[in-house]
Amino acid sequence: GPDPLITEVQDWANGLGHGVDEVPYGLPIEFEGDVIRRNVPWLTADPISSINFTPIHALDGTITPQGCAFERHHSGAITLKKDDYRLMINGLVDQPLVFTYADLERFPRENHVYFCECAANTGMEWAGAQLNGAQFTHGMIHNMEYTGVPLRTLLNEAGLGAAGDFTDKWVYVEGADASSNGRSIPMEKALDDVLVAFKANGEALRREHGYPVRLVVPGWEGNMWVKWLRRIEVTDHAVESREETSKYTDTLEDGTSRKWTWIMDAKSVVTSPSPQAPITHGHGPLVITGLAWSGRGAITGVDVSIDGGKTWTQARLAKPGEKMALTRFYLDTEWNGEDMLVQSRARDDSGYVQPTKAQLRETRGLNSIYHNNCIQTWHVKTNGEAENVEVS
Amino acid sequence: DRTVVPLPKQADLIDHEAPSNMDSLFIAAAIAQEVAQEGKFGLGRPALPEEVAAWDLDIAPDGRNLPVGSGDVWTGDEVFAENCAVCHGDFAEGAGNWPKLAGGQDTLDRDDPLKTVGSYWPYLSTTFDYVRRSMPFGNAQSLSDDEVYAITAYILYSNDLVDEDFVLSNETFMDVEMPNANGFIVDDRETAEAHFWTDTPCMENCKDEVKITMKATVLDVTPDEVGEDEAAADAPAAEVQVAAAEEAPAAEQPAADAPAAAPAAAIDMALAEAGEKVFKKCKACHQVGDGAKNRTGPELNGILGRAIGGMDGFKYSKVLSEMGGAWDHDTLAAFLADPKGYAKGTKMSFAGLKKEDDVNAVIEYLKQFQ
Repeated sequence: GPDPLITEVQDWANGLGHGVDEVPYGLPIEFEGDVIRRNVPWLTADPISSINFTPIHALDGTITPQGCAFERHHSGAITLKKDDYRLMINGLVDQPLVFTYADLERFPRENHVYFCECAANTGMEWAGAQLNGAQFTHGMIHNMEYTGVPLRTLLNEAGLGAAGDFTDKWVYVEGADASSNGRSIPMEKALDDVLVAFKANGEALRREHGYPVRLVVPGWEGNMWVKWLRRIEVTDHAVESREETSKYTDTLEDGTSRKWTWIMDAKSVVTSPSPQAPITHGHGPLVITGLAWSGRGAITGVDVSIDGGKTWTQARLAKPGEKMALTRFYLDTEWNGEDMLVQSRARDDSGYVQPTKAQLRETRGLNSIYHNNCIQTWHVKTNGEAENVEVS
Repeated sequence: DRTVVPLPKQADLIDHEAPSNMDSLFIAAAIAQEVAQEGKFGLGRPALPEEVAAWDLDIAPDGRNLPVGSGDVWTGDEVFAENCAVCHGDFAEGAGNWPKLAGGQDTLDRDDPLKTVGSYWPYLSTTFDYVRRSMPFGNAQSLSDDEVYAITAYILYSNDLVDEDFVLSNETFMDVEMPNANGFIVDDRETAEAHFWTDTPCMENCKDEVKITMKATVLDVTPDEVGEDEAAADAPAAEVQVAAAEEAPAAEQPAADAPAAAPAAAIDMALAEAGEKVFKKCKACHQVGDGAKNRTGPELNGILGRAIGGMDGFKYSKVLSEMGGAWDHDTLAAFLADPKGYAKGTKMSFAGLKKEDDVNAVIEYLKQFQ
């Protein structure tokens, strides 16, 4: 019969809605209340030093709204006013300097879209399929448009004459929070594309992302994107801080560990259908979609398989891949109601092809913790539900 | 397009065997030229020596920038018990999910290696630097340099790396040999994993057979969509299919926390607000408010009037479980001012709130969660 939603006059077509200023800074409508960050309580000892996950299964396009972009803190997200903000540059520079927030806004600035991925993203999956949802397996990632000053501009302001030959020089960057999370970055990268950022997606950074100023280190592991950035020191050595020795190093099967594994390799995941985004319609047209990215450059293509990797079809990229930014892919297909083993495989402009979990385990063993960029498999069942699985 | 992606030149891969930061003299030099040509803006002001000294605390692996000072193992044992043991265990063996600092030697090539200062950390400078700048959790930069030397000495002793009469100082620092000092290689993915660079990935007949070998639901460790801490009331994934025709149940926005809501009239809100700031010192171990749970310390909802040592499910030190009585303003104030004096043997590693104003403020803050 006719649809009463059409044939009957509905409340919203009869009465009045909200006036302007009802919510001076808007929030998502209540029906989207499940599109939120989530954490995995058993992962860490305490939520103050912990991580949560972006609801990538429920988002589309590539830009991550700040309000649901994953958080990772080591001593909690601190509250630091712009007026109280100071940035120091010291070490092997001609003139150690202190900048205020207002100073930073007077340097020429740039806009760039970059992904930020925690090196531990997908880290819980090394030993086997464990977490059931793209949010949990791949949600330690976000992608924003940053506004900021190139780090090289600030280094130049302090003068790099004192540093001499740049080839063995580093910058050590640290935050203002109690963890004073610090990392060493080789000078070559520091002078290339690192950004001292104060805006994301057009507005101020959120507290949880380092308000008022964070470092953006394109394509490199998220731990280096120091939040509440307070100091940049030019040095002739890597500091070998806690965050670059005891953590963020990758132990291989023979017990030796890789260090300075800064670059995030090419990776992709199907965000829908997935365990938290099952197929809720019948047979016929189906959009398979997901995200791909590479810390080595731009995504050039994504292949999708629905039979666990026996055959692959090239997906459609929503836009040509951009350097060190998320790329959205779509496979516009038909679902005949049968089981599917859905996978995606990213390729980047360095020629790198995303490996299978078996290939990764072959070179790295099971104890790496970090940098798991394997091909992910979702088992989509005849009822449309999906599950995280591993396949032969 | 796959067909036009060039195969990475083998030479490129080999060139990158050296760490990428070390290899590009020419690129770096070219960038340097560019940087030098940029004008200066005359922004910022000179950093004063005292300012640099206050923030420039990082220690180099070769010991440069170590402060003058020393600490012995036995002093370290005491300082560790006071400041660190609540999370890291009396013998640095770790408590709950907090990091273990001792043990694990010869486990790095096994399943689930135990990575501790002794078994994994390549440089002692890292331990000293981290303890000095970032610990204790929730009370960073509160230790003297001598205390940091002593704690570091104790951690070494816990790992059987020094004798009990060892004294760590800026003089003896570089004498300590770290067992895993040679256990690291610089990122070699571009050579060790060169086979991942291929411009001809398989598209058809890539495998004869595909079998599911493992399922996430077997382990069942995925948090429920509706977390205990979440206000959202969405349908679990498995039920979405049925519910698809209807709207998902309206979910509340994750609400702002309770403290802003009007509490009982007797609370001095200005004082409570000041107390919220003081409470930051407590947050590393204690939770309060909606969904508060026992952590390293018991949760503090309804603490005023609660029997001392009376939170179900929390394992108290002997002194508190046997103390008797209840927490009121006076007992709590006395305890907070001097935890170890009030309850000798408490495992609460907290030096106490020195200012009476802070004590009163934090109690006022806690009153809101009755």
